[in-house]
Amino acid sequence: MRKLGLRFVALGYLAVILVGPLSIVFWRTFEDGFAPAWDALTTPETLHAFKLTLIITAIAVPVNTVFGILAALAIVRKKFPGKSVLNAFIDLPLALSPVVVGLALFLLYGREGWFGGWLNEHGIQVLFALPAMVIATIFVSIPFVAREVVPTLQEVGDEQEQAARTLGATGWQTFWRITLPSIRWAVIYGVILTTARCLGEYGAVAVVSGRLQGQTETATLRVQERYESFDLAGAYAISIVLALLAILVLVAMTVIRPREETAH
Amino acid sequence: MSILVRNVSRSFGDFVALDDVSLEVDSGSLTALLGPSGSGKSTLLRIIAGLERPDAGQILLSGKDATALTPQKRNIGFVFQHYAAFKHMTVHDNIAFGLKVRKRPKAEIRNRVDELLNLVQLEGLGNRYPSQLSGGQRQRMGLARALAPEPDVLLLDEPFGALDARVRAELREWLTRLHDVVHVTTVFVTHDQEEAMEVADQITLLNEGRVVQVGAPRQLYDEPESEFVMRFIGDASEIGGVLVRPRDVELLQEPASGAAEAMIVRMTVLGRDAKVELHDSTGAEIVAVITRERFDELDLWRGQTVWVRARRKRVFAA
Repeated sequence: MRKLGLRFVALGYLAVILVGPLSIVFWRTFEDGFAPAWDALTTPETLHAFKLTLIITAIAVPVNTVFGILAALAIVRKKFPGKSVLNAFIDLPLALSPVVVGLALFLLYGREGWFGGWLNEHGIQVLFALPAMVIATIFVSIPFVAREVVPTLQEVGDEQEQAARTLGATGWQTFWRITLPSIRWAVIYGVILTTARCLGEYGAVAVVSGRLQGQTETATLRVQERYESFDLAGAYAISIVLALLAILVLVAMTVIRPREETAH
Repeated sequence: MSILVRNVSRSFGDFVALDDVSLEVDSGSLTALLGPSGSGKSTLLRIIAGLERPDAGQILLSGKDATALTPQKRNIGFVFQHYAAFKHMTVHDNIAFGLKVRKRPKAEIRNRVDELLNLVQLEGLGNRYPSQLSGGQRQRMGLARALAPEPDVLLLDEPFGALDARVRAELREWLTRLHDVVHVTTVFVTHDQEEAMEVADQITLLNEGRVVQVGAPRQLYDEPESEFVMRFIGDASEIGGVLVRPRDVELLQEPASGAAEAMIVRMTVLGRDAKVELHDSTGAEIVAVITRERFDELDLWRGQTVWVRARRKRVFAA
């Protein structure tokens, strides 16, 4: 009985907070049929926004996957000064508002910033262009791979790696044949979370992008822009695509989670 | 291939795991590193393997200095207490690993793995995963994996420690037979003196990071050089301040010179011998093993007071 009550509260909470608003978005989008939504999605600016989001994600995810695995290996397997600092810093993007991240990048790469002057002299445009948007997205999505891999690495232990070394494997062979396969589900899970975070990033990118339509406008920024231009149909349609992507991520996670638990 | 350990020391923080340890392992021998927990035996084995670095001292393999070599350059086989099985690989791929990283031809790898599966009696199980094997099978797989690249030295760290008693006894016997077939220089770590006595042809006994005595099993039993060795190898009881082996305890029904009073608490007939357990006046346990003839002749009963005397005394310099 108590269990049922708890379940009711949990599901009720989710219904009010999550499912309700999401359903309204769905309903509003297709209120006037499929055609207006499709038209809103296929304008050149919107298509460009999706393309830009995908490009940024395609750069940020691999970078953070490699970094996340390396950072996790360093945290779990190595002893070095500043290890606890690294450990704490990896979580920083979770605690820090993305807007602050955007501002920090602004200060670094702006005309008066530390790197801004030099970059400007050499004709390299960082701010209000793809580089700053990529950096901002990378920053906010740093923690996910490392945070997934660290506990798995700890649980797997390093005996298998030692065994590989006594069997004549080089460090590189040990990594590819032993370490990576034993953490693969955690890595995949981390990659999915990172992808979701990159697709949905708004705050930091909003600050550094300049929001130039058809140039530096990502899908999330486009939603905001459409909304402010009183094009609710357009805003809803783009939102739906983002929501569908999120649901896809959710499904992938549900499929992978049990595997990760039985893998070791 | 012989192993020479020269003046090796190793500390972990304040804890001295090994204190100036030297050791010689002859080519082709089966040596036990025996000692209580914390005696440094596993650390020594891991230093020989290159998995741990000594703070001082040298490791020579076949006369060549290997101290600075990484484990993968030492051509050793290592068997772990908890198997260290590659969980994402089949038994076949586990055993083939050392050959694959050496880029041996596929046909050769297949033949060698089949040969080893036979040797460790896992034929037909090559396609299983480690999680589908029993503990004993996993450890035999671990052994096959270590032997596959034909190592010069086979090192085993408490190889049977995680197994139940019956499987452990089986594998011990099996390891001795395997050593007769394979002849690879073998060093294994154990805290179980019976295991060391049964399996090894040479025992190095360690205590608190130092080598206490080296010798053949019977040598350590018959000629212990210290009280520690006497107590650690085989049973020993104390009578009147001296250590006595169970077979050297004399049971008397009357007081006699040099005999101490004791009460019988338990008697067990072991075929041709009988084991009598007693408590002396302070409550300390004394174990005596006497022949069946003597046992029948004495006609003892539980709770009886008798007198015990050491037939052979061993006094060690403190």
